[in-house]
Amino acid sequence: MNPEIIFEAKGLTMRFGGLTAVSEFSAAIEKGSITGLIGPNGAGKTTCFNMITGFYRPTEGQVFLKGRDLTGKPPYTACKAGIARTFQNIRLFNNETVLENVMIGCHLRQKSNWFQAVLFMPGYIKEDRAMRERSLELLETVGLAHLANEQADSLPYGAQRRLEIARALATEPHFLLLDEPAAGMNPQESQELMQFVRDIRTDFDLTILVIEHDMKVVMGICEHIYVLDYGVTIAQGKPEEIQSNPKVIEAYLGEEYVSHA
Amino acid sequence: MKTSTKISLNLAVVAALGLFLLWAQGALDGYKIQILNLIAVNIILAMSLNLIYGFTGMFSLGHAGFMAIGAYVCSIMIMSPEQKEMLFILDAAYPWVQNAHAPFLVATIAGGLVAAAAAALIGLPLLRLGDDYLGIATLGFAEIIRVIANNIPRVTNGALGFKGIPDYANLWWNFGWCVVTFYVIVRLVKCNTGNVFKAIRDNEIAAKAMGVNVFGYKLLSFTIGAFFAGVGGALLASLLTTIDPKMFLFTLTFNVLMIVVTGGLGSITGSILAGIGITALLEWLRFVENPIYFGDFELPGIPGMRMVVFSLALICIILFRREGLMGMREFSWQGARNLFSGKRRAS
Repeated sequence: MNPEIIFEAKGLTMRFGGLTAVSEFSAAIEKGSITGLIGPNGAGKTTCFNMITGFYRPTEGQVFLKGRDLTGKPPYTACKAGIARTFQNIRLFNNETVLENVMIGCHLRQKSNWFQAVLFMPGYIKEDRAMRERSLELLETVGLAHLANEQADSLPYGAQRRLEIARALATEPHFLLLDEPAAGMNPQESQELMQFVRDIRTDFDLTILVIEHDMKVVMGICEHIYVLDYGVTIAQGKPEEIQSNPKVIEAYLGEEYVSHA
Repeated sequence: MKTSTKISLNLAVVAALGLFLLWAQGALDGYKIQILNLIAVNIILAMSLNLIYGFTGMFSLGHAGFMAIGAYVCSIMIMSPEQKEMLFILDAAYPWVQNAHAPFLVATIAGGLVAAAAAALIGLPLLRLGDDYLGIATLGFAEIIRVIANNIPRVTNGALGFKGIPDYANLWWNFGWCVVTFYVIVRLVKCNTGNVFKAIRDNEIAAKAMGVNVFGYKLLSFTIGAFFAGVGGALLASLLTTIDPKMFLFTLTFNVLMIVVTGGLGSITGSILAGIGITALLEWLRFVENPIYFGDFELPGIPGMRMVVFSLALICIILFRREGLMGMREFSWQGARNLFSGKRRAS
């Protein structure tokens, strides 16, 4: 039996006026895999993420998660279906505490509503306590539990990145999109991040798609890689295939380096 | 600190407030009681605007409109049919206006509900707008309500407005509603729905990525805020016993906005402090509108001078303490205890 395909993109195209940011991006991602999406700056990687998570409605093409068509659905529908993401430039809720940031992620699966909270109904109290515990557990997982009551923007950079991941995990996703998780990290931190990404994949039964510029990280954790250049998918395959692909080398280093490589 | 301790402390505060009101009712003259009443109404209005602007980050200038709706609905319902017959001299009222009659509690709630319904209705198109655009659009909405009130004499008695509205809104009603508003908004802001509101304020894009139906939550916050604005308007109508469309000009929204900004956007206790302070100051500052004597030198009194003083004060607040009195912080029992025991931030 073939491995189960959890996510599928078919011919995703995004045009902004005359500019085609992404053209005909297709991908089929296996359940439980870590897939990389790489390419030079401005290649359209984040645009792909935005189409997948519902922030952009693709000009053409379709997005499927577990066979369900999510094309052009608003972000909260995509999120409810099980797609969570982080951002290239960190977007935390800065005036909230670390714990509250995670609890906002939990809200998606919350059943009790504000009215029950106002009336102190038992259903709400129970759920609120459970949510708090779950959020603390998630913070434990990313190693931020001791900072739970700090304000989010007071955290150091690396911790903010991990908090963003914890917050995404709180929405109970099946498919997690990480936009440059290792940006601004030193080699030591990148190493830890790689292990961390592998860990959460097993612990939370995730499928992960990651945009990353740090090739050590990409080659280290990804099982499959898509390469974009000027919106076009120029290559895909296993890390070793990508490393020796002349088109990829050309895109990154320029034509004259291909013969030497 | 234990939850039970906090609850008993809160109850103690409510009891103290009750005792104070009991004392005030007997010991203070009508003018001072009126100021206390205005304080309660202003706090209700400030908390409701704070929910919309301070906690959810929607720059709404439509408060006067919601208040007008609440005030008119409530007034129509508490005035007796005979009174309305006397009042509508331009045009006879519609039968449903003429015959509507209800107790004060029902009338205030109805005022709030109609205001909330109006908010939901205009929120559907308007809340898709961002910051400043929303401000301008809601400002337009408030103006529209005022113009409508001017032009449907068979419901609102046109520019003449209502006189002799029964003065049910005494200290107990006003402070009762104030406590209810405080309780509901504090609970709302503290539960996870409140976290979601704040998330939308802080970073709308991230909130969307977290699966928040941003538009739905904005509409919820806007509607709840409008409900309490309508209640505040209803209480104000019964308190002043006379309303007309001119009362609901932009300056009314401005007063509320001033309290919210001074108290701190996103701080309920800030709204309360500023509500007390500004209402009291507005009365106290009346002396600047009277002639002032420095020995032989006489400074002539200029009507409206206190608003100038207030606008200057607001400019100073924006310049020197933009986050307001309380910033986004809240008074909490734990915080007070830490302050007294000289500890900063107990973990």
